[in-house]
Amino acid sequence: MPNPGDLEWNRRDLMVAAGTCAALPVIGEGAYSQPTPVGTPVLNDVSFEVNGEQRTLAIDTRTTLLDALREHLHLTGTKKGCDHGQCGACTVIVDGQRLNSCLTLAVMHQGSSVTTIEGLGTADKLHPMQAAFIKHDGFQCGYCTPGQICSGVAMLDEIKAGIPSHATVDLTAAAAVTEAEIRERMSGNICRCGAYSNIVEAVTEVAGRQG
Amino acid sequence: MRAFTYERASSPAAAATAAARNPEAKFIAGGTNLLDLMKLEIETPTHLVDVNGLKLDTIEATPDGGLRIGALVRNTALAADESVRRDYGVLSRALLAGASGQLRNRATTAGNLLQRTRCPYFYDTAQPCNKRQPGSGCSALGGFSRQLGVIGVSDACIATHPSDMAVAMRALDAMVETVKADASTRTIPIAELHRSPGSTPHLETTLAPGELITAVTLPKPIGGTQIYRKVRDRASYAFALVSVAAIVQRDGSGRISLGGIAPKPWRVEAAERELPRGAKAAAAAMLDGARPTPENAFKLPLVERTLGAVLSEARA
Ligand SMILES: Cc1cc2nc3c(=O)[nH]c(=O)nc-3n(C[C@H](O)[C@H](O)[C@H](O)COP(=O)(O)OP(=O)(O)OC[C@H]3O[C@@H](n4cnc5c(N)ncnc54)[C@H](O)[C@@H]3O)c2cc1C
Ligand code: SF4
Repeated sequence: MPNPGDLEWNRRDLMVAAGTCAALPVIGEGAYSQPTPVGTPVLNDVSFEVNGEQRTLAIDTRTTLLDALREHLHLTGTKKGCDHGQCGACTVIVDGQRLNSCLTLAVMHQGSSVTTIEGLGTADKLHPMQAAFIKHDGFQCGYCTPGQICSGVAMLDEIKAGIPSHATVDLTAAAAVTEAEIRERMSGNICRCGAYSNIVEAVTEVAGRQG
Repeated sequence: MRAFTYERASSPAAAATAAARNPEAKFIAGGTNLLDLMKLEIETPTHLVDVNGLKLDTIEATPDGGLRIGALVRNTALAADESVRRDYGVLSRALLAGASGQLRNRATTAGNLLQRTRCPYFYDTAQPCNKRQPGSGCSALGGFSRQLGVIGVSDACIATHPSDMAVAMRALDAMVETVKADASTRTIPIAELHRSPGSTPHLETTLAPGELITAVTLPKPIGGTQIYRKVRDRASYAFALVSVAAIVQRDGSGRISLGGIAPKPWRVEAAERELPRGAKAAAAAMLDGARPTPENAFKLPLVERTLGAVLSEARA
C-alpha cells in the first residue's frame, strides 16, 4: 500500500513522464512517420434504438455503449463511475436485460434496443421505481441512482422470469422477493453514500405492488 | 485504448480463420474481461472478431444423457437453466456466486473460462509482471500476495485463475469443444485447458492461435449432494479467496475442486480417496506440495475448514 508521502513521488514521476512525451517528436524526424501509439482510429456505422428512438452513429470502434450514450447522444443520465464494471453506475437495460454499459462496445449493439434512465420515466410521469426511490430517500448524492433504478427495474423482471440468485435457498423452486434476495441481486450497484437500506425499501415496495 | 478494426463473424470456422489470420486479433464475446483489459492497454488487439452472432447460445441434451452448453450461453442463462439447476447444481451455484447480475447477463461460457487473472500487479502496468510482460519479473512474489496462489504456482508467477464457473466444471469433468481455422474440431478435457505457469506464465491455455471454443459439454449427471462454497472479503460481488466445489455421494465418496488458490481449477483425483476420512486428510492430500507466501499461507487452513463445512453440510 502506498503511504501518503508517495504522492509526491507519483506527481514528480508523472511530470517527468509528461516531459518525456513532449520531447519525443524532437528526437528524430522518423518519429512522425511511425504510426501513432494508439493506432489509427477506425470508424464503424452502428444503429440501435434508444428509448424508443432509432439512432445511427458513425463511431470510433473503441467507443463503449456508455460513451456513445453520454458523449454522442448526450443522454447524460447514465453515469460513468469506475468505467471497469465494478460499480454499476453505468447500468442500462439492453433488450430487456441490465448490463454495465462501460464494458460493452457500441458497435456490438447493432439492432439492439436500449433503455436508459431517460427512457424509464419523465419528470411528469415518473416510473414507479423512480417514485419509490424519492419516497424512501433511496439516494443521497444521486450519482449511482440512475444505475440503481435501471438495475432495480430489470432485476425484478429477472425474479419474475425465474432466474435464481446466490441468495436463493432452493434452486429447484421459484425465488421469493425477500430482503436477502434484493440485497444480493443489487450487489452490482455500489452506493458510496450508503443509502442501501432505503434502496431496499424502495425496491421492495415496487416488487410488492407488482405482486 | 488502442485503435482496432472490428468485424462480426458469420460462422465459427470463419471466426477462427479471421482470428488466425492476424496474430493481433482477438475474439470478443461478452467483453466484460477483454474490454476492461483493453482500457488499461494490458490487452492490445488490433482487430476484434465479434462472436456474439454465431448462434452458439443454446443448451441441449447430448445423446449420452449429458448437456452441451454453447460457448455464447450467458452466465445468467446457464445458471437459470432448468436441467443445470436440477442435475448440475454445483455449476448453477458457482455461476451465481460470481460477479454481479449485470455482468452475468453478458459474460459467456467461453469468455468466463478464458478470463485472465486478477493479480493486482498484472493490472498495474507500472509494475513488472511476467504474465503481462514476459521476462520483466514477478512483483507479487515479494509484494502484496494475499489474494494469490498457493499451489501449482511457479517462481515466475503465482497468479490464480479467478473463475468460479470453471471450478464447478472441473468437478463435473467438463469437456471443451473447439474449432480451428482449418475447420478441424477437437475436444479438450477441462483439466487440460489451462496451463501451469512454469517459466512462461503468459501462455495460459492449450488453445492454438485463433482456436475458437464452440461449446462445453458435461457428461451425464452423477447425482450426489452438490455444493459450491465461496469464501471472500465481502458477502457478494468479490472474487474468491478460497472456494470449494463439491459433489458428495451418500457413501461419503465424492469429487472436490478448489478455486482461488491455483492457476487453474485445482482438483487432485487421487486425494478424493481421502474424503471418507474427513476434511483434514483430504485437504492435506489436495494441498500436498503447496508453497504459499507468508501473506497467503492462511489459505491452507481456510481450504481445510471450508471443506470441513461443506462436508458436514453434505452429510446433514
Ligand atoms: C467487477 C467484476 C467482478 C467479477 N467477479 C467475478 C467473480 O466473482 N467470479 C468470476 O468467476 N468472474 C468474475 N468476473 C469475471 C467475469 O466472469 C468475466 O469477465 C466473464 O466471465 C468473461 O466473459 P465474457 O464473455 O465477457 O468474455 P470476454 O471479455 O468477451 O472475453 C474474455 C477472453 O475470452 C476470449 N474468448 C471469448 N469467447 C471466446 C470463444 N468462444 N473462443 C475462444 N476465445 C474466446 C476473448 O478473446 C478474451 O480473451 C468479474 C468481472 C468483473 C468486471
Ligand atoms: S503473480 Fe503472475 S500475474 Fe502477478 S505479478 Fe507475478 S507474474 Fe504477474
